[in-house]
Amino acid sequence: MQNDLVIDVKGLTKLFGARKVVDNVDMQVARGEIYGFLGPNGSGKTTTIRLLCGLLTPDAGTGTCLGYDILTESPKIKLEVGYMTQKFSLYEDLSIRENLDFIARIYQLPDRRDAVEASIEKLNLKARADQLAGTLSGGWKQRLALASCIMHKPKLLLLDEPTAGVDPKARREFWDEIHELADDGLTVLVSTHYMDEAERCHKICYLAYGQLLARGTANEVINASHLRTWTVTATSQKQIHRLARDLNGRAGVDIVAPFGTTLHVSGTDTNALNRAITPYRNDAGLTWAEDQPTLEDVFILMMKQSADNFQ
Amino acid sequence: MMGDRFNFARLKALMLKEFIQMRRDRLTFAMMLGVPVMQLLLFGYAINADPKNLATAVHIQDHSEFSRTFLTSLENSDYFKIIAQPETAEEAEHLLARGKVQFIIEIPPHFSRDLVRGERPALLLDADATDPAATGNAIAAVNILARDALNRDLTGPLASLRASPPPFRLITHPRYNPEGHTQYNIVPGILGVILTLTMVMFTALAVTREIERGTMENLLTTPARPFEVMMGKIFPYIAVGYIQTALILAAARWLFDVPMIGSLTLLSAVLLLFVAANLAVGFTFSTLARNQLQAVQMAIFFFLPSILLSGFMFPFRGMPVWAQWIGEVLPLTHFLRIVRGILLKGNTTGDILMDVGAMALFFTGATIIAMNRYRQTLD
Repeated sequence: MQNDLVIDVKGLTKLFGARKVVDNVDMQVARGEIYGFLGPNGSGKTTTIRLLCGLLTPDAGTGTCLGYDILTESPKIKLEVGYMTQKFSLYEDLSIRENLDFIARIYQLPDRRDAVEASIEKLNLKARADQLAGTLSGGWKQRLALASCIMHKPKLLLLDEPTAGVDPKARREFWDEIHELADDGLTVLVSTHYMDEAERCHKICYLAYGQLLARGTANEVINASHLRTWTVTATSQKQIHRLARDLNGRAGVDIVAPFGTTLHVSGTDTNALNRAITPYRNDAGLTWAEDQPTLEDVFILMMKQSADNFQ
Repeated sequence: MMGDRFNFARLKALMLKEFIQMRRDRLTFAMMLGVPVMQLLLFGYAINADPKNLATAVHIQDHSEFSRTFLTSLENSDYFKIIAQPETAEEAEHLLARGKVQFIIEIPPHFSRDLVRGERPALLLDADATDPAATGNAIAAVNILARDALNRDLTGPLASLRASPPPFRLITHPRYNPEGHTQYNIVPGILGVILTLTMVMFTALAVTREIERGTMENLLTTPARPFEVMMGKIFPYIAVGYIQTALILAAARWLFDVPMIGSLTLLSAVLLLFVAANLAVGFTFSTLARNQLQAVQMAIFFFLPSILLSGFMFPFRGMPVWAQWIGEVLPLTHFLRIVRGILLKGNTTGDILMDVGAMALFFTGATIIAMNRYRQTLD
């Protein structure tokens, strides 16, 4: 099945000065997969994406992207990759049509005019095609950016936090489109901070301090964390706050996270966790329920653990 | 009270922040100190409005004691430096046309014979007057000097020739610009100056803008090659350069009546190289500058010596040797010689080859640096 790996890299490492921004990362992404790339800010997600498409040269590591060597064949990779940068990187002083036309010319698309018009049509921007890209709202800019990076029919789409600062409806529509593209065989690597988006990925991986800490499907990642979570529901905000303060830092309690009038209490050691919460189990007004941890719980735990390891 | 009134603590906070930012942007800070120092050195040491030791060719057709004495006194005046003794008038003419010499002194045949006979023979002084400022003082000096240069030799029976008028006539030909119009010199020069400033700045900004706005990241992920990106930036500005040239030449022709003796086609061809050389400089700057402000500063840093040391503002030959060498590196220096040569002297291809070669060398160097500096990655 080697051929079906669109991304297959080993030991990917990148240094900025003396700092390892990406540290020995292995990554395999199969054809047609939507691969979620998670991790706190500054964990090396953007750098990894740039390494994959040849925007940066790795200091160590080998591997292929679309079957091409990432070290020597980056011009070929570029032709088959669509990369959507975190920051809007089309020309704000060009109109929508001019931007798309520029990209179409750079990639030497046959039937350029048709490709551009088809993109505009698909974006539903026919009436505004001559508007300057800089005047578009965040959601529209993001759609335009996506349209421009799939125009040359890439086989791999690299999306760097594509939905940052975009409203929920636009995000939902964006993801619907990502799934449609993946159904057509496009492979998508997408970095994000949103848990609902992570859950819409076929597979995810979690990067912190340049190291890959977990990967697999959302459920696999949750299970592998061995995290147990209790959801506590209280009648008053005050009570939740008090409980959160009391439990925080106790042996066995790894995460305490308030969500309005509920509290998530999680720990990796079941026995220790149970010991820690026993004194509060019968408090009046508190309802305790053992629950499946969410991805967010797992990630916060990982972030905490990796922070402990690195500080 | 935190009122609406002027508050020193807030002012202090703002000033502190400004100083921190100033220190962060090392390049800008260096420019703030570097530009005045450079100006000081250039204006203080390099510029001289009274150029001396001007290159002179002497065409001697009468080797005599009088000729030698006259030439010695010429050199003693400090204004003239004899660097060539061409055998023929044609050869001398070439030296002047190509700007190798500023003056030709022609001592006619039978000069001493006619002089002794009291026939007041003519001595010819041909001056390259394209830049009237460069030759004015020297011509004034030679007229004074002519009066009694030969007095020491006029002894015995010849002593009677000492009386004024002098024993020979000095005929001065201010060539190429007989009426000494400074605009004949300035207007073609302005063409080079404007092209230098705008071309360097436009390209420097054009690439830095892409980096600053983040569009470079997108451009780098496309299949566009560095050379294509560079040419894509440069060609449109070459077109702009030609439009500027057309405007300036039209003004030169119809507003300032600047003569246009040489071939405009030749000028257009050379212009391409000059504009490209400047654009390559701008492109190099844009790969060095981290923001548009730095790019503009670098452009100014290049522009200042260009305007001061090229012979545009001040006579090139008036500068000390080290300044002339810096000047020789700059494309504007060579372009000024070419444009003045073609328009005013009617220079043809053969006359301007050296300067074209110098510009080509500069262009090649700048392009190599630019291409090496431009990275296809964000490393």
